[in-house]
Amino acid sequence: MSDLTKLTLAGARDALKAKEITSSELTGAFVKAMDEARVLNAFITETADQALDMAKASDARLVKGEGGPLEGLPLGIKDLFATKNVLTTAGSHILDGFKPPYESTVTANLWRDGAVMLGKLNNDEFAMGSSNETSYYGPVINPWRRKGSDAKLVPGGSSGGSSAAVAANLCLAATATDTGGSIRQPASYTGTVGIKPTYGRCSRWGIIAYASSLDQAGPITHDVRDAAIMLGSMAGYDEKDSTSVDRPVPNYEAVLGQSVKGLRVGIPKEYRVDGMPAEIDALWTRGMEWLKAAGAEIVDVSLPHTKYALPTYYIVAPAECSSNLARYDGVRYGLRVEGKDITDLYEQTRAAGFGPEVRRRIMIGTYVLSAGYYDAYYLKAQQVRTLIAQDFANAYAKCDVLLTPTAPSAAFGIGESSADPIAMYLNDVFTVTVNLAGLPAISVPAGLSGEGLPLGLQFIGKTFDEETLLRTAYALEQAAEFKAAPTSWWRT
Amino acid sequence: MSVDQDTVRRIARLARIAVRDDELPALAGELNSILGFVEQLGEVDTTGVEPMTSAVAVKMKMRDDVVTSGNHQKDVTANAPKSEDGFYVVPRVVE
Amino acid sequence: MTFSMQHREPRDEDLIKGATGDWEIILGLEVHAQISSNAKLFSGSSTAFGAEPNTQVSLVDAAMPGMLPVINRYCVEQAIKTGLGLRAQINLRSVFDRKNYFYPDLPQGYQISQFKHPIVGEGVVVIDLAGGRSVAVGIERLHMEQDAGKSVHDLAPGNSHVDLNRSGVALMEIVSKPDMRSSDEARAYVTKLRTILRYLGTCDGNMEEGSLRADVNVSVRRPGAPLGTRCEIKNVNSIRFIGQAIEYEARRQIEILEDGGSIRQETRLFDPKAGETRSMRSKEEAHDYRYFPDPDLLPLVVEQADVDRIAANLPELPDDKKARLMSEYGLSAYDATVLVGEAVTADYYEAMMKSGSGKRDAKLAVNWMTGDLFGALNREGHSIETSPVTPKQLGELVDLITDGTISGRIAKDVFDSMYKTGRDPLEIVEKDGLRQVTDTGAIEAAIDAILAANPEKAAQAKEKPALAGWFVGQVMKSTSGKANPQVVNKILNAKLGISSDD
Ligand SMILES: [Mg+2]
Ligand SMILES: [Zn+2]
Repeated sequence: MSDLTKLTLAGARDALKAKEITSSELTGAFVKAMDEARVLNAFITETADQALDMAKASDARLVKGEGGPLEGLPLGIKDLFATKNVLTTAGSHILDGFKPPYESTVTANLWRDGAVMLGKLNNDEFAMGSSNETSYYGPVINPWRRKGSDAKLVPGGSSGGSSAAVAANLCLAATATDTGGSIRQPASYTGTVGIKPTYGRCSRWGIIAYASSLDQAGPITHDVRDAAIMLGSMAGYDEKDSTSVDRPVPNYEAVLGQSVKGLRVGIPKEYRVDGMPAEIDALWTRGMEWLKAAGAEIVDVSLPHTKYALPTYYIVAPAECSSNLARYDGVRYGLRVEGKDITDLYEQTRAAGFGPEVRRRIMIGTYVLSAGYYDAYYLKAQQVRTLIAQDFANAYAKCDVLLTPTAPSAAFGIGESSADPIAMYLNDVFTVTVNLAGLPAISVPAGLSGEGLPLGLQFIGKTFDEETLLRTAYALEQAAEFKAAPTSWWRT
Repeated sequence: MSVDQDTVRRIARLARIAVRDDELPALAGELNSILGFVEQLGEVDTTGVEPMTSAVAVKMKMRDDVVTSGNHQKDVTANAPKSEDGFYVVPRVVE
Repeated sequence: MTFSMQHREPRDEDLIKGATGDWEIILGLEVHAQISSNAKLFSGSSTAFGAEPNTQVSLVDAAMPGMLPVINRYCVEQAIKTGLGLRAQINLRSVFDRKNYFYPDLPQGYQISQFKHPIVGEGVVVIDLAGGRSVAVGIERLHMEQDAGKSVHDLAPGNSHVDLNRSGVALMEIVSKPDMRSSDEARAYVTKLRTILRYLGTCDGNMEEGSLRADVNVSVRRPGAPLGTRCEIKNVNSIRFIGQAIEYEARRQIEILEDGGSIRQETRLFDPKAGETRSMRSKEEAHDYRYFPDPDLLPLVVEQADVDRIAANLPELPDDKKARLMSEYGLSAYDATVLVGEAVTADYYEAMMKSGSGKRDAKLAVNWMTGDLFGALNREGHSIETSPVTPKQLGELVDLITDGTISGRIAKDVFDSMYKTGRDPLEIVEKDGLRQVTDTGAIEAAIDAILAANPEKAAQAKEKPALAGWFVGQVMKSTSGKANPQVVNKILNAKLGISSDD
């Protein structure tokens, strides 16, 4: 086979089962690709030796016709997932040298199913960002470039290492997490598929917390089938996570190709925000056409509280993070800057260990929870959250799934938008509502911008109805026939 | 509600993040622009609306009263910047 | 059901006489009681006391990144059981909040507690005081929360060493209303609360090991005047110290007020060596705990059916047991209170009474138990559970006294050898021939012999009856105490011609 790294997850799986290739060959090819792609800065930690050992063990099982659903398949892991005895940083200076004595439930599920770990992927510090520019380990560079330009573009965030690595064929698929859009927006920026499942579908145990009531793990993959396969392994009930939900994991791959005839696809009018580029609006319309052609019915719905989603998010998420990140105090792990007393140690350690965006959100969160402001901010936000969830419940009385753009723009240049926090926050305008309501959503590449950059469309599903989501996304994928790929300019 | 520099200092203290005085004006500006952005929630009528407690309605699972973990002194102190005889070590805390 | 302070008239005995007049002490207590359980509130670590540092610390207790709490069902049931024992309202829906602050023994940077919606609401504890007086102290609330770890300050100069073994252990914070008016009442309250918790088996009440600690809120005011500013004395860990701390703190506040000063609301620490309270500098900085519902946990919902099941299996509580002992055995309030102080004590007494014929002397039985038996147990460092004298045996001894087989004096010797040898009282009486002699013939013979041997003393005694006592002593001596004293007096008086005045 020519270039093994260009295989999809499903393709590689079938080739391994058919014994056309070995996991060692496959893994070796990715190790080489990673080595040639350092300029993208997608990985914080590469674990080539461990990968080749795991591949060898997989091959031993595969020759006996044994092995799990992901046997021998090399993956990249977002550095927010704790991996036993492997440096885990969350993209932050404050976790310097931290090697967890434990494995996150989601990654443990992947290894249980036979997957191979290539390394730990870069991300915005503690998943706080939409461009991967807040990582202590530096920005990740999007493998995509504008037509006729070699300007460095962002891969989206916070799972920028995951989206870039998949788009550049540095791994077959990657884990990611999504608190306000951190799986779907990077997928849209890199021509990849990203699914954020229903809150509670994947265990949060061992995933470094940003905002506990919003965080969910999911995959970034080459296509919808790969997303179905990855989610099937990542998902499942975990008694170690009180918010994880105890219900069986369906065979997601089985629903792909099922007809969408008669499916009611809702179009929320509030997502037609002013200032949205015409090409994105056009893409959205094309998406409706494709689905209609496939037999689906397009219905107009309203989500009246949409405009309040971002302000709500920017109260709830910082409030939770200000408390979740209190444990990074220089006492039990990570960075420590000595001080004249314990308080000074805390203040110096946290000032040096957290980057500007993380400090900003901790400060906001501390403020909105502080005496006298709780009701006006946090309580109010949680009430609006209830209204946002009700909007969706009302919409789903009229439709089965919602179609929206994933992001208001294509990938932008590094440094272009990070100056103004609010401008940066607006990247999540279409994705954040979903986290607030705990719903599942998926981003599928649907076309290219005028500048030749990928653009994604998002489907939003009902609670625990990932099957309809994947089925519909697959139908759109078939219609869109998105085949574009970046030129491998980074190869050295 | 507009945040002044004293408030920023107080918040930073609560959050245990050292800030230099010359950082205060910029920080106050940023916090104010974000707070200004979230102010718009004031428009929403939330009278009688229950605050969301959980994105998905499920009953909280409970654990049985059995000891399932212990004697991980090494594991829990291995990453500590400063530890001694199985203790974490910090500058003297006065009571 | 609220027993609020307004319902109490100041008692003169409780007032403190200051230089400028009387002062009334107002006391409210926050008691932290460790829930008896195998594992911690949100993790699978052991709660056993005194282990090597950080050996009972799970990844959750150490607040490792990505770790999550899962609540211990038994701890919830223990809290409900305690609520029922305090005759309190059980809230079927309660919420865990995060109390945010930085401290080395608080690894998460927050304590998981219940702030707005505790699992237990208002209840009442009836406390027993001197002279059979009892007072109802209102319970404001009971909530569950995590204990903190512990910092050791003397292992190395300039450093503190942190041990997280206690971190995450389940506590019940039991908050009283400001219903107590003297250190006696505060001590009686903690004593009674401890008794209730031990009856329920929800807390071992061991104050030495810190299973029970009290934060004491003290304020003073002119009798009937509005509440004064209070100071909170943190973590007082013995009932005696609670009394001392209150006495000192009340006088400190009165002095300040009488010198025209005012009280600053603050948290203070009781120093047992100095016997005084000191301001806690470390807690000076104004706190802003930023409570909010813990997003890692869902609201705690319990079914009424579960509450009913727990209520159905509740043991007899001290107040009920006391009332029953009084009515069943005709005991005084005082005796009954002493017996129910520990369930095992009441059990011993009831076993003793039930082992008998039914007409066993209940009052005499209490006296022997709380007098001679308790005395011996204390002396020998035994507990009622390890008493060498069984309830049945002590009961038999009581019967031997009532039916006149032995005298009270002889009974003490019999008890001593019972305690030493564990033999039955009757066996001892027979073997050592301690039966009381009531046969008049034998006693008369003994009297005649002594009168004959001391004619002149006998003559004097006929004149001065007071001297007859000497002869009684001689007779008892010659019968080695076995002669029935009444019979001796009767015959002796007759022979000396003294009119018996009985
Ligand atoms: Mg207290
Ligand atoms: Zn407490």
